[in-house]
Amino acid sequence: MVEIKVISGADAIAQAVKLCKPKVLPMYPITPSTLIPERISEFVNNGELNAEIIYVESEHSAASALFGIYATGVRSFTATASQGLAIMHEILPIISASRFPAVMAVANRALSGPLNIWNDHSDAMSERDQGWIQLYCETAQEAFDTTIMAYKIAETEKVSLPLMVCIDGFSLSHVYEPVQIEDAIKVDAFLPEYKPVVVLDPKRPVTFGPVAFPNTYFEFKEAEEKAMLEAAKVIEQVHAEFAKKFGRTYGNGLVELIEMKDAEYALITVGGTTGTAREVVTELRKKKKKVGVIRIKSMRPFPAEQLRAALKKVKTLGVIDRHASLGFGGALSNDVKSALQGQKIIVEEFVAGLGGRDISKSRLHDAFETIIKGKKGYWLK
Amino acid sequence: MVKKEGRKKNSKECSCGGTKECACESSQKSKPLISITKGAVILEPGSTKKYKTGEWRTFKPTIDLARCIKCGRCWMVCPDAAINQRKEDGKFEINHDYCKGCLLCAKECPVKCIPYVVEEK
Repeated sequence: MVEIKVISGADAIAQAVKLCKPKVLPMYPITPSTLIPERISEFVNNGELNAEIIYVESEHSAASALFGIYATGVRSFTATASQGLAIMHEILPIISASRFPAVMAVANRALSGPLNIWNDHSDAMSERDQGWIQLYCETAQEAFDTTIMAYKIAETEKVSLPLMVCIDGFSLSHVYEPVQIEDAIKVDAFLPEYKPVVVLDPKRPVTFGPVAFPNTYFEFKEAEEKAMLEAAKVIEQVHAEFAKKFGRTYGNGLVELIEMKDAEYALITVGGTTGTAREVVTELRKKKKKVGVIRIKSMRPFPAEQLRAALKKVKTLGVIDRHASLGFGGALSNDVKSALQGQKIIVEEFVAGLGGRDISKSRLHDAFETIIKGKKGYWLK
Repeated sequence: MVKKEGRKKNSKECSCGGTKECACESSQKSKPLISITKGAVILEPGSTKKYKTGEWRTFKPTIDLARCIKCGRCWMVCPDAAINQRKEDGKFEINHDYCKGCLLCAKECPVKCIPYVVEEK
């Protein structure tokens, strides 16, 4: 039965996970992702979800259990944030190299130093090179939809890579919005049962996670890279199928273009900042300014081609980075710059919203004014 | 006691450095035992036996059977279980497929009957 509920972004993910029917769940709470395991635990307790929860002692164990669960060939899920994701770091590339289609929600929170529990993207952006697909969401509905799509993308045979569904900590994880909860039968039809090819089975012994010497390691990494490039196509396909079935779209699944048809000045955003940017664009359009916004939904694989195609008329681009790659700008702006290599577009970087600092409308107006006037980008404090 | 025993130059040897694409002898020798399966899964059980870890060795010890007193100390201290007792005379010998050349046996042998050479690769 389709119903519309007013729920938080974290709850939306929990509701979606319930519909995807994972069998074993290793979860460890950490602010602001705690609401997700909390809600899922409720579902398991009241019988809405038939799954076993492993009460692990840390996120490192949660990620390790995720590896083990997928080796036995069943669907799983975990959620984390900030330091929790950081402590998982060691296991993340092992899961991706083993080509397990694990799905994890990350309620983006600043990495400690100094301790901070609020939203920026430094946790997930720091893990972007670990072979996990990363999809960032703007709304609670999108978090719900992306989680369902996530399993389908990750489990597609030629992809077989783990996936992070990223939502902004607090500013999405704890914000209540109307979310259309889809019908279980319809979700089942969209997302078939997970059928792994090789699993741990005493009758047919196999080895997962062996040592790869210099004469093979390279080839395994190459295979992952190919799968990642394949994932870009699969994300688009799955998104198109989802749009057909459920009637909601998020750009093309990789990038979303807002007022970009004739835009000469554009900002690139990730996650919740896009909502604010939409309003700023509407206001500037009323003043006849040719501005637009490009939202990067898929950080990995990075939609370089789509980005280049979207920027044909753009003169100057501003990148709003909620993560600082200390010593050299921001991860996102660096990626954008390398994607646009050889093109005559000026890219200005704005590191903004670190540690939960609001990216208000006036800040984004400042950013637009800066690029329109041809000034340099800066740290948008 | 240390002697140098260089590997014989092979006319088939080439300068590729042992890449697996090359058809030369050294490349074929270094062919990966793990095939490039999805997710690096090894589908065959017990495949570790096929991996001759003796390749890692720098020092190659050999037991001088004429002087061996069958005390079994080398057998006891070998961390890789690469020393076996011969059935015919109870003396000990080293399985060079797996001996990594740590030389514990040579050090512990009470009659010093385990000389070694440096293997150059």
